[in-house]
Amino acid sequence: MSDVYVVGVGMIKFGRFPDRTLENLGAEAALMALDDAGQTIHDMQALYCGNVYEARGMVGQRIMREIGQTGIPVVNCSNACASGATAFREAWMSVKAGVNDTVLAVGVEKMGRGLLVRAGPEDGLSPEGILGSTTNPSLFAHMGMEHSRKYGTTAEQFAKVSVKNHHHSTLNPKAMYQIETPLDVVMNAEMISYPNTKLMCSVNVDGSAAAVLCSEKKAKQLGLMNRAIRIRASALASDPWSYHNLAMSDFNEVTRLAARSAYEQAGVEPDDIDLVELHDCFATAELVHYENLGLCKEGEAGRMIDAGETQLGGRVPVNVSGGLLSKGHPLGATGIANVYEVVAHLRGEAGARQVQNAKLGMTHVVGRGSACAVHILEKA
Amino acid sequence: MSVSDGLLPIVPYLVSGQDGDFYLQGVRCDSCQQITVGVCNVCPACGERGAMREIRLKNTGKLYNYTIVYRSNPGVRTPFVSAIVDLDGGGTVKGNLASEPENVRFDMPVKLAFEKLKEIDAKGRHYYGYYFTQN
Ligand SMILES: [Zn+2]
Repeated sequence: MSDVYVVGVGMIKFGRFPDRTLENLGAEAALMALDDAGQTIHDMQALYCGNVYEARGMVGQRIMREIGQTGIPVVNCSNACASGATAFREAWMSVKAGVNDTVLAVGVEKMGRGLLVRAGPEDGLSPEGILGSTTNPSLFAHMGMEHSRKYGTTAEQFAKVSVKNHHHSTLNPKAMYQIETPLDVVMNAEMISYPNTKLMCSVNVDGSAAAVLCSEKKAKQLGLMNRAIRIRASALASDPWSYHNLAMSDFNEVTRLAARSAYEQAGVEPDDIDLVELHDCFATAELVHYENLGLCKEGEAGRMIDAGETQLGGRVPVNVSGGLLSKGHPLGATGIANVYEVVAHLRGEAGARQVQNAKLGMTHVVGRGSACAVHILEKA
Repeated sequence: MSVSDGLLPIVPYLVSGQDGDFYLQGVRCDSCQQITVGVCNVCPACGERGAMREIRLKNTGKLYNYTIVYRSNPGVRTPFVSAIVDLDGGGTVKGNLASEPENVRFDMPVKLAFEKLKEIDAKGRHYYGYYFTQN
């Protein structure tokens, strides 16, 4: 089977757009990606759409009404925070399988603000605050505390993740925030769920991102190879059984499964990766994922952030976009926004935050429940 | 606390026994021996069917993990300690730990306590629940 390429990407500046519809945000990114590839909607053979909050609302079809209703197959994908990456992967799979040769993937979300309250049971009493907590901040606090338990990781080390990503976002005009956020400001912000303060929680923003994927034959035929990015691996996993899994949501084993599969598919080692956009929904999560993705040895994530190895200019820059912590986290868009970022670096078009000589990049998202998607992209 | 006349369990795996006592219900898989909280017919650990034997989970355990929750859903009183407890003999459950945050330590021994809850549901029904205390 021939390789699949990303030949166009688009992403809107993340923010809050109360006056715009979901489909209008999605359409803007879709048109940007088509323009980037020099293609039109008439060249697309299918649309894969990632979204969470309106998963039953036929979001992909609504986007088609704003970019041209050509009658192509539309697939709406909902997989928690991995929805965008799942849509991207479905698009990849259809080309890989030879069913299509040119397809569009779009991720889009309009978010509420503050703590995202999950609906309680339809009939009964919510156990929140009675049988512990199931808020997102608390689940990812548990994830960090488990790392502290094993390795003595400190609240300060977790907080440094947020300082780093906020710094990176000052270089990204499409990020929600461009504000330096020093360590004392991060650590003294309102405590949400120990050790994560408010500034260690991702920003709820509206956003969209899109990508045009095509087969090698088509990319060559269209003369798009000079800016094309090869998809070296596309992996998706669900949480495997583990002893604590039923009481504590798993974000670790699911990531390790997907990462292992991705490295195998690509035939590369973690050391070969030049930059990573990973799922820093909370500062605690980023640190633990360094080990889950094999970016450092077991127990070394704290040392890695202390040594600055994951900042721009470091050994393996992580979340140079600003990450979910500062660029923002529109759930269904995030997976494709990560692809947008890595593609920009591999093309050498990332401006002030460019990772020098980037040849191989990784994207990672993990959705609660759990779903993990990992992609490895390469300059063609 | 006596037999829970008219009270509902907040979660299905919390059981009011014949003798007026309370316990957490689990199942042990005859095939892989793993313990799962609650009742199920297929083992989530190994996929074996029809090998799940109902057991009473132990009321004591050790604190595996925790966080202190300062911001929760509207109306939920904070702060509280959200605890993940490894029960002696197997099984892991989440619950509140009734302890001052500064006294919480990994691996501290804890035990289950049961109570009638103050909270009622939208239909005005009352519930019983559980929490952990230092043992
Ligand atoms: Zn079993």
